[in-house]
Amino acid sequence: MRKTNTTFPARAAAASAALLSAGLLAACGGEAPETDQAAEAAEPSAAASVTVTDAWVKATEEDMSAVFGVLENASGTEAHLVAAESDLAMTELHEVVESDGSTVMREVPDGFTVPAEGSHELAPGGDHIMLMGLGAPIVAGDEVTVTLEFEDGSELELTAVAKDFEGGDEEYRPGDMGDM
Amino acid sequence: MEPKRQRLNRRGLLGAAGGAAALGAVGAGAAALGRGSDETEPAAAPATTVPFHGAHQAGITDDAPSQAVLLALDVNDDVDADRLAAVMRLLSDDAARLTQGEAALADADPELAAEPALLTVTFGFGLDLLDRLGLSVPAGAGPLPAFSVDRLEDAWSGGDLLIQVCGEGDLALSHAIRMLVKDSRSFAGVRWAQRGFRQRPAGGGTPRNVLGQIDGTSNPDPGSADGGEAIWFGPEAGALAGGTVMAVRRMRTGLDRWDRLDAVGKDRVIGRRIADGAPLTGEAEDDPVDLDAREDSGLPVIPTNAHVRRAIEAGETILRRSYNYDDGPGPDGESDTGLVFIAYQADIGQFIAIQEHLAEADLLNDYAVPIGSAVFVLPPGCEEGGWIGQGLFA
Repeated sequence: MRKTNTTFPARAAAASAALLSAGLLAACGGEAPETDQAAEAAEPSAAASVTVTDAWVKATEEDMSAVFGVLENASGTEAHLVAAESDLAMTELHEVVESDGSTVMREVPDGFTVPAEGSHELAPGGDHIMLMGLGAPIVAGDEVTVTLEFEDGSELELTAVAKDFEGGDEEYRPGDMGDM
Repeated sequence: MEPKRQRLNRRGLLGAAGGAAALGAVGAGAAALGRGSDETEPAAAPATTVPFHGAHQAGITDDAPSQAVLLALDVNDDVDADRLAAVMRLLSDDAARLTQGEAALADADPELAAEPALLTVTFGFGLDLLDRLGLSVPAGAGPLPAFSVDRLEDAWSGGDLLIQVCGEGDLALSHAIRMLVKDSRSFAGVRWAQRGFRQRPAGGGTPRNVLGQIDGTSNPDPGSADGGEAIWFGPEAGALAGGTVMAVRRMRTGLDRWDRLDAVGKDRVIGRRIADGAPLTGEAEDDPVDLDAREDSGLPVIPTNAHVRRAIEAGETILRRSYNYDDGPGPDGESDTGLVFIAYQADIGQFIAIQEHLAEADLLNDYAVPIGSAVFVLPPGCEEGGWIGQGLFA
């Protein structure tokens, strides 16, 4: 179930960490890593703590659309959504900001944070998951599956139902990435 | 004057709530209609919601609220069963939310969903649509024959998908219709829309129609075994058990003509007194209709062709839940009024038997002419997480 396109640096870092642990294990008789594992088991992953409700996607005949819904985090630790993936399209996590008197949307530099025991809403005119390069229209009633990827490496699949919706047509400026 | 008007409103709503509660429908919507400055009355919070989920669809046996809009959609030719199933999931979800006072998904005006005011949404499928998509048509459903009294207009007849929206709040209805039609646009167009109204008597009881007649007396009791059998498809209908077949008949009333009758003449057309709905052989609305009673002259008390006699002699039971329409007077001042006659039954044959009997001879035929006609199969209700029509697509 692991995604194949996790960005290389993250994977490399994880591999390094694993190697380091192996080194420690050899050196210290394994006690410390076992403690770490116990701690990890007690702390549920972000994907296990977060639920998505009211997920929907804007029906479209164009090659772009967006997914909305409410992310709720039941755990006492904030959940950091860093990416999303769909078989249908390229995806980006977007926000809508004021720019020169008009609202534009752009990729968020650092993903979305779902606060501990709180929620984060994805809504037209606000944060959303952008779908780009759609190969086929999305019609009302269609179901679109998107996989959410959290910073801790856990993944959560959501199914969004397509609705006809006129709003949320903010201009997309791919070049306007703030200070990125 | 203001406090008095509010009390009347409240009584009307308590009546509605009582009816709903009898069906297990005690909603907990936030907004109590009629709540106002009248602080002295104990605040028994009237129900503002009718449950969407259940064995049967809402909007059939629950106490009919004051407003109804019936929409008939024509489903596009390229829509297959899978696509219809997908949109029925969508429309059911809209209905489940809106009737409970929640905004629909992608609701552009979520604030308008907050006061559902006994909103119900009921779905049905036209026979042609079921045929076209290869979906099973229950034995109890079938087309209506051409009745001799029919003067049907295409503008009010037929349709693939019925959406019946009822409630006490005009704005809630308008908003629900807007949402449901938006979610239908990708697969269907609107064939007709009929708006109807009823006015619940302040003291409760059966409402009057535009002819002044107390209309809806002696409906079957859906809670009784016989009543249930008359209304709902039985187990033989399989996945559709608990559904019903609905006849929608638009009846234009000739009020100028009706006006020419005096009170006695009107009573004789109906076979009941306009004043109180009592049969001409009785004292109260619920008194039995004695078809055998005769005047001293030997003539029947209830005339041979009186509406109530002809209907009873057909020997069938249907659940009537009709509304009135008034599309305003024309340039010549003549009213454009009538009934959106609605009947639900387990077998369309029940309705046909009565309508055939009435078409043959009924004094009321001179004053109410069928100008629209449609039949829809209404699937049973669904549980939470399910959707209306699910069993058809299994």
